[in-house]
Amino acid sequence: MPIDVEAVRSHYPVLDRELDGNRLVYLDSAASSLTPEPVLAAMDRYYRWSRSNVHRGVYPLAEEATDLYEGARGDLARFLDADPRGVVFTKNATEACNLVAYGYVRAHLGPDDVVLSTVMEHHANLVPFTQAAHAVGAEIRHIPLTEDGQLDLEVAQQLLADGRVTFAAVVHVSNVLGTINDVARLTEMIRDANDAAVVHVDGAQAAPHLPVSVRDLGVDSYAITGHKLLAPTGIGALVARPELLDRMQPFLTGGDMIRDVTLEGATWNDVPHRFEAGTPMIAEAAGLSAAIAELQTLGMDAIRAHERAFTAELLDALATVPGVRIHGPKDVEIRGSAVSFVLDGIPPHDVGAMLGSRGVCVRVGHHCTKPLMRCLEVAATTRASAYIYNDVDDLEPLVEGIEAAAAFFAR
Amino acid sequence: MSMDDLYQEIILDHYRKPHNRAPSLDGEAVHVHHSNPLCGDEMDLRIRVADGHLDAVVFDGEGCSISQASASAMTDATTGRELKDALDLAEDFRLMMHGEGPSRPDDLGDGIAFTGVAQFPVRVKCALLGWMALKDAIETHERGANAHTVTHEE
Repeated sequence: MPIDVEAVRSHYPVLDRELDGNRLVYLDSAASSLTPEPVLAAMDRYYRWSRSNVHRGVYPLAEEATDLYEGARGDLARFLDADPRGVVFTKNATEACNLVAYGYVRAHLGPDDVVLSTVMEHHANLVPFTQAAHAVGAEIRHIPLTEDGQLDLEVAQQLLADGRVTFAAVVHVSNVLGTINDVARLTEMIRDANDAAVVHVDGAQAAPHLPVSVRDLGVDSYAITGHKLLAPTGIGALVARPELLDRMQPFLTGGDMIRDVTLEGATWNDVPHRFEAGTPMIAEAAGLSAAIAELQTLGMDAIRAHERAFTAELLDALATVPGVRIHGPKDVEIRGSAVSFVLDGIPPHDVGAMLGSRGVCVRVGHHCTKPLMRCLEVAATTRASAYIYNDVDDLEPLVEGIEAAAAFFAR
Repeated sequence: MSMDDLYQEIILDHYRKPHNRAPSLDGEAVHVHHSNPLCGDEMDLRIRVADGHLDAVVFDGEGCSISQASASAMTDATTGRELKDALDLAEDFRLMMHGEGPSRPDDLGDGIAFTGVAQFPVRVKCALLGWMALKDAIETHERGANAHTVTHEE
């Protein structure tokens, strides 16, 4: 069923805000989504009604808190078609990537190994692995871009040819270009070259917008963050094969992640708990469950269809503005809803300031992808990114704001 | 926020027609490169020193209108000043960006037009970039060196 945007919008109190008399137009969901009422209510209910710590409590409140927290693990596993024993909660996707870098790459790779990455990675899926590779003496190779902003799989094939790639960290959907990478195919290529290779994917920009089956993608681990998919900030996850987690070293140690402790040492709890030290984010987990329910009610196929249609309109609208150059694929079948562009001769920060003054919220800057910015030969871009609460009414304020910036800053 | 609070006409004039913008400087004493990675602002600043005075100040780079215009106004306000005096003026501008003063409004020249930037915390770094590059260039000169690169983190 197509998404009823008006009904969706009624769940987001902030959308009623006006900024200096302008209707709020939120086009920055690739940075962080808005939060709907049911998510706020779920967190509120935990604090008002079930507030206590998880695990080991033998009274009803503690059981409720544990059910909320462990329930979220199951909800997320079902949402991403993965094994709940492989779901490790983290504070965000960045921490999930670091968990793999510290727990796996630093523990298992050495100077004979090669780490495969791409030039379009967010710093979160790049820096932890370059640091880890340097630490163990492994080589790093990067898949470059094609002309239209996709990964160049022909070059990838060459990079894989010697069979030395034993670990890969690849983004599913680019936060700048919007490109949807064919992760399943790339994973197959990586395994064909070396069947022991471990594939880690940054799914922060994919899970909120596409139907995702971690099982079908065939990857070993998949990082997501809650705050981009209607959930609160402060909760993310590494969704991994339990067998990978079994081979990983603990990253943070302390309470809850241990089996036994002596004054001299400790033994570790089973996965996934081995990687969740200390009291976790309980209200946030309740919020995550509510967010997933919200998305599942709409249906991920319907969300994808809505965004594909919106993005097509957005690309067409931007094409009418003189001086706008879009970075990333123009074909909406292979791209998500984050659209980066530059306006000829006008610095992105000034474009963003003009749009902001008109209530239109977009992101400007390098989007934590400095190597990609160098490939594109720009210092920064302006990025408009949509979600379920955006519709074509949001395009006119965007286009008018860009045109106003062009006129205001014209030299 | 209002665009007019941030982008005074004087600022736009400096942005459209920057003063003392040049990729090189004859007799350069110090060249510093400063960047503001958050915005992608990049600044090359060169100074020539004669008799303890800033004989010439030129900048080059790319970035938002605020960073480029502020650097342009800074070169006007500081060229010809004693090094110590220019440092003092840079500090006055810095304090103005944090909502204090300024105590030398006349000496800041067109720099005074940036007062309103203090209301926009994310843009303060942009306005400060040229001034902080100048401060660094003078301090680098006083250390007896001739080049320095600085990245301003958030």
